[in-house]
Amino acid sequence: MFKITTEVITGAEVREAVEGPDAGAVVLFFGTVRNNTDGRAVRCLEYEAYPPMAEKKMAEIAQEISEKWGINRVAMVHRVGKLEIGEVSVAVAVASPHRKDGFEACKYAMDRLKQIVPIWKREVWADGEAEWVKPDAVFFDAPMPHKTAPQTD
Amino acid sequence: MNVTVKYFAVCHEMLDRSEEEMDLPEGATVQTILKRLEEEWPEIAEFYEVMQMSVNWEYATENTELVEGDEVALIPPVTGGSDV
Repeated sequence: MFKITTEVITGAEVREAVEGPDAGAVVLFFGTVRNNTDGRAVRCLEYEAYPPMAEKKMAEIAQEISEKWGINRVAMVHRVGKLEIGEVSVAVAVASPHRKDGFEACKYAMDRLKQIVPIWKREVWADGEAEWVKPDAVFFDAPMPHKTAPQTD
Repeated sequence: MNVTVKYFAVCHEMLDRSEEEMDLPEGATVQTILKRLEEEWPEIAEFYEVMQMSVNWEYATENTELVEGDEVALIPPVTGGSDV
């Protein structure tokens, strides 16, 4: 299962998606919304995705895991929209015969997700300002004449 | 030929729209779209270095040739997941 969703993520769905009699371990990872970034208070986060491409890239990551570890039970779901502090933004489940490969593959899935899956995060600060997260500070130095007020759902 | 061009996140904000149809000449490439956007908003060229493009949900290069009905997207640096 590879999915972009607007629904609350509980983890049950990804876990059930990877269950199987050959699994000796199920590794679950949740990414959650933290209340600060480098000490600056965060009110909430807003995620945007390019859903069909994001789901395609998630499936490609699972294929890479299959080739590297021989693990074929991987599920990923990422939520979009406005998320409050503590809510789950992303869940990854990996089922494997043994735990070592499962932990490694789960970490790999998250690392790759952050590299190639088209999802973007906007931080809404406690003081009301908002900005897209900058993986590269240079990227946002230019003027933004069409910049609009922070969106609300 | 007509293609759909999609803009996400900071690109959506910069251009003040999330997608549009573009009528392009035969033989057009991704570069043709980038040039056209640059005419509208010259500063966008500064972002091209860090931005990626996709065609039909696959990462593409400036030289990727387009055909009728393609779905092209400007992909700012991705920041999904969580910072742990």
